[in-house]
Amino acid sequence: MNRQATNLERNITLTVNGERVTRSVAARMHLVDFLRETLGLTGSHLGCEHGVCGACTIRVDGLTVRGCLMLAVQADGATVETIEGLTDSSKAADLQEEFLNRNALQCGYCTPGMLMTAVELLDRNAKPTREEIRDAISGNYCRCTGYHAIVDAIETVAKSRSSKKGTAS
Amino acid sequence: MKASEVGYAKPASLPEVFALLEKNEDARLLAGGQSLIAGLNMRLSNPTLLIDINGIAGLNTITESGGTIRIGALTRHLDLGASPLIAAKLPLIAKAVPHIAHMAIRNRGTIGGSLALSDPATELPACCLALNATMTAASSKGERKIPVKTFFKGLFETDLKQNEVLTAIEIPLPAAGSLSGFSELVRRHGDYAIVGLAAQGVRKGSSWSQLNLSYFGVGDHPVLAANASEALLADKSMADAQAVLASDLSPSEDAENSAATKLHFARVLLGRVVASMS
Ligand SMILES: Cc1cc2nc3c(=O)[nH]c(=O)nc-3n(C[C@H](O)[C@H](O)[C@H](O)COP(=O)(O)OP(=O)(O)OC[C@H]3O[C@@H](n4cnc5c(N)ncnc54)[C@H](O)[C@@H]3O)c2cc1C
Ligand code: FES
Ligand code: FES
Repeated sequence: MNRQATNLERNITLTVNGERVTRSVAARMHLVDFLRETLGLTGSHLGCEHGVCGACTIRVDGLTVRGCLMLAVQADGATVETIEGLTDSSKAADLQEEFLNRNALQCGYCTPGMLMTAVELLDRNAKPTREEIRDAISGNYCRCTGYHAIVDAIETVAKSRSSKKGTAS
Repeated sequence: MKASEVGYAKPASLPEVFALLEKNEDARLLAGGQSLIAGLNMRLSNPTLLIDINGIAGLNTITESGGTIRIGALTRHLDLGASPLIAAKLPLIAKAVPHIAHMAIRNRGTIGGSLALSDPATELPACCLALNATMTAASSKGERKIPVKTFFKGLFETDLKQNEVLTAIEIPLPAAGSLSGFSELVRRHGDYAIVGLAAQGVRKGSSWSQLNLSYFGVGDHPVLAANASEALLADKSMADAQAVLASDLSPSEDAENSAATKLHFARVLLGRVVASMS
């Protein structure tokens, strides 16, 4: 029997960073392996592969998910956004610039996931307190920065976005 | 690590799920995947087939009728926490949800998965015990109602059978004026609790007329601290209630905390949570 008939493999069609792709994938492959190995999008990282570190954080249908805890076959029909797409869209350009200014990244391993989380936080809560920022990034491990610079960067962007909104209206 | 080879099916109806469960004895239901896929990646489990239940309509609604709130098993933690009905009628659950894991995990994890897994250190099983919930389990043979008091059987063990799907959680509306309180102790935000307490009760003036103290992290599954609540119902002091907790709970030590430390934490939580219920 072939692998599709035995359910070990499936054809999936999804939108990744605005582009429709169709591929045959093994059921056991998680979404980040699919993005990295099959599509060559290596911006999403893998640390623990069991949901703890957050390096694999991506967006599926507008919500952040652990890319290591979702199978590629589950993303059939979904819209996926990775750090590559986020960068192209310039939606997080201010966050990326502030991370750089504040030294909120050193090796950069955690950064794509950290940015995905920061984008979602600021979408849901335009003026988070430092405590709320810490809370939101509690699922994203950083081995380099000690987190303070990351909290500073997100806080600065939140303030500058809302002051821009304030002057515009 | 990577998951080993596994099959995948995404049926569109419950009868199809039942048929697949009956044909494949070691199949596993896939809900939010936030525990199951982690386990597959670590090769802690090796099912031959994953039955994805995310394509089944109607399993993720929250409704109220006849004095009962019914929560569909596929309701995600995110939606549970954002539901105005839950916030208004079951504030205990609304208080507990932000303590579950992290945003990206709450975006996918489901209440049904959480109850079916029955991790002893988790919030929703304890809330269901405090709120006297009833589980609905469905199979090809029909539906079965399981009262929460007989649902949790042991460590990661429930009354659900291999061929059953947990479809809904029904919670009777707490009495008017009923109060809720929730707190847990963790090392870092979003971690599984070391010890936690979900409480629901009714107070008349300064006296309690009803009080469920549902502890988690102190046993194989959530437990009601019956003696401590009896002490408070009898207008005994908080110190008295904290003292008798030792007869309600027998926590076992973990890598970081001794049994005595956990009992101490449980006492601290009793004081904090009951004081917060006003
Ligand atoms: C890093 C990390 C931290 C976490 N921290 C917490 C925490 O602090 N508190 C907490 O509560 N949880 C925590 N979780 C777990 C998370 O909440 C899970 O989502 C939840 O426990 C399981 O729900 P799920 O929908 O993801 O289930 P899945 O992972 O899909 O399934 C879990 C199990 O339940 C079975 N199952 C699922 N749905 C049904 C159903 N309807 N009927 C019968 N069986 C079913 C599956 O077959 C499987 O055996 C954490 C997870 C991670 C990765
Ligand atoms: S790789 Fe997914 S959380 Fe660590
Ligand atoms: S910058 Fe190195 S892990 Fe965060």
